[in-house]
Amino acid sequence: MVLDEVAKVRVSTMINGAPMELLLAPYQSLLGTLRDTVGLTGTKEGCNDGNCGACTVNLDGRIVDSCMVLGVEADGKRVETIEGMATPEGLHSLQQAFLEEAALQCGVCTPGFLVSAKALLDKEPRPSEARIRLWLAGNLCRCTGYDKIVRAVQRASEAGPERS
Amino acid sequence: MTITDKPAQEYQVIGTRPIRPDGLEKVTGQAIYGADVRLPGMVHGTTLRSPHAHARIISIDTSKATAMPGVLAVITGADMPVAENATVDMGEEEANLNYASDKLMARSKVVYKGHPVAAVAAWDSNTAQEAAKLIEVEYGVLKPVINVDAALAPNAPIVHEDLVGDDLGEKVRSTNLAKHFRHEFGDVEAGFKASSIVIEREFNLATVHQGYIEPQNATALWQSDGRVTIWTSTQGSFGARRATAGVLNMSESKIKVVPCEIGGGFGGKIGIYLEPIAALLSKKCGRPVQLIMDRQSVFDATGPTPGAKVRIKLGADDSGKLLAGTADLRYEAGAYPGSAVGAGAMCVFAPYRIENTRIDGYDVVVNKPKSSAYRAPGATQSSYAMESVVDEVSEALRMDPLEFRLRNATREGDRRADGPEFQRIGNIEVQQAAKESPHWTSELERDGPDGRKRGRGVATGFWFNGGMRSSVNMSVNNDGTVSLIEGSVDIGGTRASISMQAAEALGLPAQDVRPTVVDTESVGYNDVTGGSRTTNASGHAAYNAAQEVIAKMTGRAALLWDLKPEDVEFAEGVFSAKADPELKMTFKEVAAKLNETGGPLNATGSIQARGGAGSFGTHIVDVEVDPDTGKVDIVRYTAVQDAGKAIHPAYVEGQMQGGAAQGIGWALNEEYFMNDQGIMDNSTFLDYRMPTSLDVPMIETIIVEVPNPNHPFGVRGVGETSIIPPVPAISNAIYDALGVRLRQTPMKPSRVLDALRDKQDSA
Repeated sequence: MVLDEVAKVRVSTMINGAPMELLLAPYQSLLGTLRDTVGLTGTKEGCNDGNCGACTVNLDGRIVDSCMVLGVEADGKRVETIEGMATPEGLHSLQQAFLEEAALQCGVCTPGFLVSAKALLDKEPRPSEARIRLWLAGNLCRCTGYDKIVRAVQRASEAGPERS
Repeated sequence: MTITDKPAQEYQVIGTRPIRPDGLEKVTGQAIYGADVRLPGMVHGTTLRSPHAHARIISIDTSKATAMPGVLAVITGADMPVAENATVDMGEEEANLNYASDKLMARSKVVYKGHPVAAVAAWDSNTAQEAAKLIEVEYGVLKPVINVDAALAPNAPIVHEDLVGDDLGEKVRSTNLAKHFRHEFGDVEAGFKASSIVIEREFNLATVHQGYIEPQNATALWQSDGRVTIWTSTQGSFGARRATAGVLNMSESKIKVVPCEIGGGFGGKIGIYLEPIAALLSKKCGRPVQLIMDRQSVFDATGPTPGAKVRIKLGADDSGKLLAGTADLRYEAGAYPGSAVGAGAMCVFAPYRIENTRIDGYDVVVNKPKSSAYRAPGATQSSYAMESVVDEVSEALRMDPLEFRLRNATREGDRRADGPEFQRIGNIEVQQAAKESPHWTSELERDGPDGRKRGRGVATGFWFNGGMRSSVNMSVNNDGTVSLIEGSVDIGGTRASISMQAAEALGLPAQDVRPTVVDTESVGYNDVTGGSRTTNASGHAAYNAAQEVIAKMTGRAALLWDLKPEDVEFAEGVFSAKADPELKMTFKEVAAKLNETGGPLNATGSIQARGGAGSFGTHIVDVEVDPDTGKVDIVRYTAVQDAGKAIHPAYVEGQMQGGAAQGIGWALNEEYFMNDQGIMDNSTFLDYRMPTSLDVPMIETIIVEVPNPNHPFGVRGVGETSIIPPVPAISNAIYDALGVRLRQTPMKPSRVLDALRDKQDSA
């Protein structure tokens, strides 16, 4: 199947607050759309089968593995990626906490963890350690052993660290 | 917690926890990893890989793929230059170029499932993948050998007909035994005879993978003048350049390697996989070509650590003194010679003074992907066996296992069982710290909820820690900050740990030294980031460069004061006249005058480091086992390790915690599930199950600091050791909980249940 032979689909979406009109092949994943069509390479590919969470993005308020979602499914929806997390005023408290807690080593899983953790804190501002571990179990990190990641999320949560 | 023999306030920067210099880019998605490289006119490539573990290639027909619209180039093994039959030093690994070339692209025979047989470049990756499917390969399938027993059996299928094995110095032909070596000291038979207790056990370890989240990738541009630029995620840009040049049979100076941010390596990204293929495709189509491996290929064709069969025999007297030990280490090299069995032999007896020892190491070729380094490569396999038998011996002697280790602990001047003499080491300090730790001194509640049983285990690991070669460039800016140019790829925070050492030496705050990792044409030679060597050796190179900066800055201050350089001294970031203490200038003030005192001020630092003098670690683990399901949970974990000096303690802790988590996965879940055709049946992250945040607890750390005598700040390096103790510590804890010893990894629920059933049957 050559790209040119496939009719493309017009998609209207909002990515990190920016309205976008895209022409996408119908089989193109949201991950491929973000990385190759839009040029937002902060969202990473680790497995392309929904098992590592490195490609986690927020789609209309729900976190998804963007490798398992088609680009055309973003039509009429809001997509938030790691590139949209900081504001001109500064880093999100999670980004700051990850830096201060040394919660990353190689950093390739970090965007996925941050997007996942933000969705948790948006919903539940003061999660317990057990709740954080359960929520983040869809994101694999091979470097840190998770200790400092969990602590960073605790630090960023409104009430500060709260152990279960 | 940090235990040190020097006061912490001795240093201004070292021992603090500044935010890492590359952190911002990594939490905002701006950092450019290998797969994020985008070049003008870039096209995409893919590889066609063998579905068989062992087969002759009868024919390859690429005509349909070549004719497909959108396809720009197709190559096969016939397009690979004939490499020189030489061995190159890759840092932690060696590579024979002939085999390295054959590993990347098969010529006449495939020797592992996933072995590339062709590659395609096309306008887009979908077209490339579709075209690859049109390549017709006819195979003559052969029987594979997939473990050491099968490979060494009489009449075993031979993986490489041209392999000449080395059996204790004797040449062997028509064999899968690449090498058999021996280290022997004293008289083991006499030692066992004098022992009141002798225990011998055999252990088997499954093949496991490094499991880095970022797949291998390479982007290459072959320019019309014959120069090649390669952007890649590698642990060693200079090693990747050397190996790529060797495989392409061209001069190293024609190749520039640009190391991108790297998404984990753990040893698995020392060797090359895609770089020469991307280069050859680029040469053929005249455009930059990017290749990115999919996860299945990462499992099938990269990584793994050797599966192994290990036999340990120990003898001790009634006082608990070890008198003799033998080790028989049989490691799977994978499809080409060169497993980490040598390092396994270096580490196996290292924590223990044993007068009479014999170690036999076997490097065995099998039809699996060529094994590569994985964090303390080779040491986990041998230490799993050793530390389990040590636990049995100390139990038989009714000795506390840490007391037993202290009784037999090696120290400075002792000889390691492979020959070298230890320099100052922190073995005793580590055992003592573990013994006094809050974890070891706490009471274990032996009964968990719902009939679950708890147990506690302990084990020790040793890694010798590399030295090797490093270089940096340094320049002083007019605002008094310093640019530090590094060639060591940063995997886990070494920009922080190297620049902090430079800042300490220069008397500057950490953030005033700005580190950048550059390509192979922009800095002197650097060996691989691996072997726990980078913070030690590249930090030492930065220290050396700082000394040159200080000497030159001293000259500038002297010029301003009309004094001789020897009349000016430097301490804690301030230059002063020896004769007149009132005459003072800070580093920043002298830097502001650079243009008036001779112009730009640059320095270089390089070193052939003597090594990290070795790092010992002891881990304590509490497990909770469900006797109905056999599932093992980790409920408490403490890692103790000698860092020499912890430059950035948070990243030292991170290394200890990360290694512990990898070891937990190795112990309990991870394995290549190979069928009898040599095909891995679980090549996804769903079925190859690495620990998630739910599978591990918080990991307590105790950093011990016994300075490395070869380093200005005492750094030993910390990356490797932490993966060694978890497997035996968990096995020992399971024994403590259930009274059964598991001598095979992974210690998965079915094996725990089988062991419990065997115990009941024999009772």
